[in-house]
Amino acid sequence: MSDIEQLEKDLLAKIGAADTGAALEEVRVAALGKKGVVSERMKTLGKMSPEERKEMGPALNGLKTRIADAIETKKTELEAAALDARLASEKVDVTLPVRPEPKGKIHPVSQVTEEIIAIFSAMGFDVAEGPDIEDDFHNFTALNFPPDHPAREMHDTFFFEPKEDGERMVLRTHTSPVQIRTMMNEKPPIRIIIPGRTFRCDSDQTHTPMFHQVEGLVIDKETHMGHLKGTLQAFVKTFFELDDVKTRFRPHFFPFTEPSAEMDVQYERVGNEVRFGQGDKWMEILGCGMVHPNVLRNCGLDPDEYQGFAFGMGVDRLAMLKYGIPDLRDFFAADARWLEHYGFDAADQPSLWAGLSK
Amino acid sequence: MKFTLSWLKEHLETDASLDEIVETMVAVGLEVEEVENPEERLSAFTIGEILEAGPHPDADKLKVCRVATKDGEMQIVCGAPNARAGIKVAYAPVGAYVPGIDVTLSKAKIRGVESHGMMCSVRELEMGDDHDGIIEAPASAKVGDPVAAVMGVNDPVIDFEVTPNRPDTNGVNGVARDLAAAKIGAFVSPEPETIKGAYPSPQKVELDFPEEAKDACPAFAGRYVRDVKNGPSPKWLQDRLRAIGLRPISALVDITNYMSYDRARPLHVFDADKLQGVIRARLGKKGEKLLALDGKEYEIDETMTVIADDSGVLGLGGVMGGEDTGCTEETTNVFIECAYFDPLRTAKTGRKTGINSDARYRFERGVDPAFILPGMEMATRLVMDMCGGEPSEVVLAGEVPQADKTVLFPPDEVKRLTGMNVAPEKAEEILEALGFTVRKSDPWQVDVPSWRPDIEGKADLVEEVARIVGFGHMPTETLPALRPVETPKLTPGQDRRRMARRALAVRGMLEAVTWSFLDERNAVLFMSADEIKAKGLKLANPIASDLGVMRASLLPNLVSALQRNADRGRDDLALFEVAPIYAGDQPADHQNAAGGARLSHSARHWQGAAQEADVFTVKADAIAALEAAGAPVASLQTSADAPDYFHPGRSGVLRLGPKALAHFGEIHPRVLKAMDVDGPVYGFEVFLDLIPESKKKPTKTRPALDASELLPLTRDFAFVVEDGVAAETLLKAVRGAEKKLIADVSLFDVYQGKGVPEGKKSLAVEVTLQPREKTLTDEEIDAVSARIVAQVEKATGGTLRA
Repeated sequence: MSDIEQLEKDLLAKIGAADTGAALEEVRVAALGKKGVVSERMKTLGKMSPEERKEMGPALNGLKTRIADAIETKKTELEAAALDARLASEKVDVTLPVRPEPKGKIHPVSQVTEEIIAIFSAMGFDVAEGPDIEDDFHNFTALNFPPDHPAREMHDTFFFEPKEDGERMVLRTHTSPVQIRTMMNEKPPIRIIIPGRTFRCDSDQTHTPMFHQVEGLVIDKETHMGHLKGTLQAFVKTFFELDDVKTRFRPHFFPFTEPSAEMDVQYERVGNEVRFGQGDKWMEILGCGMVHPNVLRNCGLDPDEYQGFAFGMGVDRLAMLKYGIPDLRDFFAADARWLEHYGFDAADQPSLWAGLSK
Repeated sequence: MKFTLSWLKEHLETDASLDEIVETMVAVGLEVEEVENPEERLSAFTIGEILEAGPHPDADKLKVCRVATKDGEMQIVCGAPNARAGIKVAYAPVGAYVPGIDVTLSKAKIRGVESHGMMCSVRELEMGDDHDGIIEAPASAKVGDPVAAVMGVNDPVIDFEVTPNRPDTNGVNGVARDLAAAKIGAFVSPEPETIKGAYPSPQKVELDFPEEAKDACPAFAGRYVRDVKNGPSPKWLQDRLRAIGLRPISALVDITNYMSYDRARPLHVFDADKLQGVIRARLGKKGEKLLALDGKEYEIDETMTVIADDSGVLGLGGVMGGEDTGCTEETTNVFIECAYFDPLRTAKTGRKTGINSDARYRFERGVDPAFILPGMEMATRLVMDMCGGEPSEVVLAGEVPQADKTVLFPPDEVKRLTGMNVAPEKAEEILEALGFTVRKSDPWQVDVPSWRPDIEGKADLVEEVARIVGFGHMPTETLPALRPVETPKLTPGQDRRRMARRALAVRGMLEAVTWSFLDERNAVLFMSADEIKAKGLKLANPIASDLGVMRASLLPNLVSALQRNADRGRDDLALFEVAPIYAGDQPADHQNAAGGARLSHSARHWQGAAQEADVFTVKADAIAALEAAGAPVASLQTSADAPDYFHPGRSGVLRLGPKALAHFGEIHPRVLKAMDVDGPVYGFEVFLDLIPESKKKPTKTRPALDASELLPLTRDFAFVVEDGVAAETLLKAVRGAEKKLIADVSLFDVYQGKGVPEGKKSLAVEVTLQPREKTLTDEEIDAVSARIVAQVEKATGGTLRA
């Protein structure tokens, strides 16, 4: 064996034995560094005769290349091994729980109001609003409640302390005053819904002193009670997300509509659940009718020229029926457990194209 | 209003079933609330016959009976004195529920003798009060027949809601008229016969009203009946009254109740021997008192209509009679009153006194004025039939008010308002059946019957026709589309609330809906009592004292809610509300706000507890709500002058120019203490309506993206400034130093302590420079740095920290 072969063998053995990057580097310096054995040998080439150089040149260059390659290969191996070792030491218990993030929720009243708006907006209804604190004219007189009529007693009203001129403001007992405000300020055709807070002196399991209503109003020259029926039937079916719901209209009395009606929806109670679209019981869900000629007149509209319908329904009650929420009083108690349980995700924006609810 | 089926059938000749009658009532607008059928309630009880009644071996008072029943021969032990062979009895089998004793029967041994079932008394079956012995049914009854039918308690009771517009349906007669119009039977309503008086009434009546109150009681009819004998009313009348929940008292009293429910005609019967002088209907006087029939004493005032004699007030007209002049068993001479009291005064008197009588209920809704005299005749007949006696002539003070009304009615109005096609002949037939008189001119002239005060115009007649035809026959039509695809519907204000609401929920807060009102004790912590009063925010009749004042801020209710939750163990919570607040009682004072409150006790976690909420959490909440609502948040300025319900040193106001768009900060400890809340609580309120409306742009095109190819570079600066210098001022100065190149400025350190002189602080910022056309040279970077330092010095007096 020539000494070059021996050298190569020794160096390869050292490379093989190097078990760290530093040891390998030491080997590299000792072999290929400025004063390394291979480099030193290379330097001897200059002193050789051309014949010798011709023989030794390729031999030494080959040696250098093979050693360099071997070091490179070993280096890659060592790096891979080191990475494996590091990763092995970095193992975590991935079953540890993540940090809990507070999850915000939308209140059912807001969500259901948006559901209702989504349906009526597709039928061309704008969304109108008005103040919660009303005067007697808008809440009663203009709506055809005669002074001291027993119908006013039906609405046990919150009054404010009388002013110096004797006028007493009221907390609106329904969203209907906004009908008056709209009809007095806009020319028909009018097609609006009016969501908002309403107030009555009432408090038990099914009544709270504050609740929410959505009022509807259509005024033009053609709309009749058949349209009212069609509109509300379509609404109920869409709102409860059912293929078929049976409804019934029966005559009733409201001072501000004539003829007046209430709409019942057929249902069945299964356990604590109310199921619409089945069963044979009737549940009243809203009041409606043709806008009373006196109301039109009070707003400066000629009842022989203009006509239309109005309806009103309880948002909280619709929410209770649709989502099976048992007690109305809980709506306004701000109990975090209730809000988390019955509330809706922030991203769950009701729409007709994606579905009103998940 | 309740009535029984047999009562109805006295006014309605019909073969219709109970179900049909109920359905028709609902269809014509008489909303049935409940039907109680005693036949169903008593279906377990059938007729039995005692075959043998032998002695009990161990008890003298008990008998051991062999009874023939639908279940075969039974041995029943019975203690009733009248139990004897041959009588027909009410048999209750084992397993039956006996309502009067609230017991479900089981097989029993009574004093050692087996007994299979029971023979019941009237009271045990809740058919009456009688408990002297077991029921003895007529001999004609057959074993197995239902007891209810045999004993005549098979009369279903119908309860329905009388709407305020239909006073006529406060009488069974009126219900029958509606049902007859709907063609499920023939209306039977005999005109009461006129009874000739035998002598002039010894009792005189007068009306004594000032001119402006003449309408209080325009007519007062009376009649004297002498030598009556009061006692229990006949069984049929007692049964009817009991069936609808009234207690029979005596014939004279029962007659007035019967008239109220049969004809919606309240009457009063005085014991004539207790009257002194002329009876006057007049206004009350202050200081007068009445001991009413309900045994309570009422204060009279000059707004009330009273019936009085020389001794004083005898009754409140249309509301309730007096105790002292009422009829008793001893009454021998009576004076029947049949008058008209106006609805408004009756309602007011009723509300003032709190008396809810059948009379008030009817008068305040309006009784039929044309039935004053017929009602008197009918009552006279009933008194004579039940109590005997001899009637006087009728005395009438005043005049029967005329209720003549004629409505002009084009029959095609039905189609216009309801979309229903109803033939004119059909409409005419319906109106006539309801008591209207139709004169077929063009338009029709329709005379309104005296019992229908609710009918004013043609729309009312449309309802009459439509409800009798049935709303079920109305077409179902879709509103015509206004445009091919609908437009957005929310106003900018509504959309702001929607966006703010969802943005706050995204920040992990729970949306609450709290009352619009609150406890005045809490309200005054947020607005002075004087201001609350001046702005008219105090309710005169709150439902509870803690709900007496309208809220001027969303915060108090949210803060209270946090404490309620904390009391239940939930003390790490963020609530918000997007809802109205009230700056006063005018429409413009109704403002929409978004507010939130945070109570923070971070739970331990293996990675370390989350950061607890502080002033800057709620500042971020407010900015998030503002940004979602479309406010230009980059232009906001912060000032430290929040209202005094915030911690003076840890609160701020977000402003756009002079407009305060939001408050945020720690709630003042004094406020929390007054509200009994354990803090600290951090809160914010955003005044959504104050955000300026963004200008409508002609297109939706966004500005082109300005993304430079050149690498941005950053430089850090630490400035030493006076302690009082606002960080916002310094940041603004840095940003303004070189608007073109400075892409971002972030404040990464606030330091006070060693190395910074007393009374000063160090603010460190990282400035990101974005080269625009070419890489910046060192000279250019130095120049920008120098400008930054100069600007900061100019704006804050601060210097670069050494």
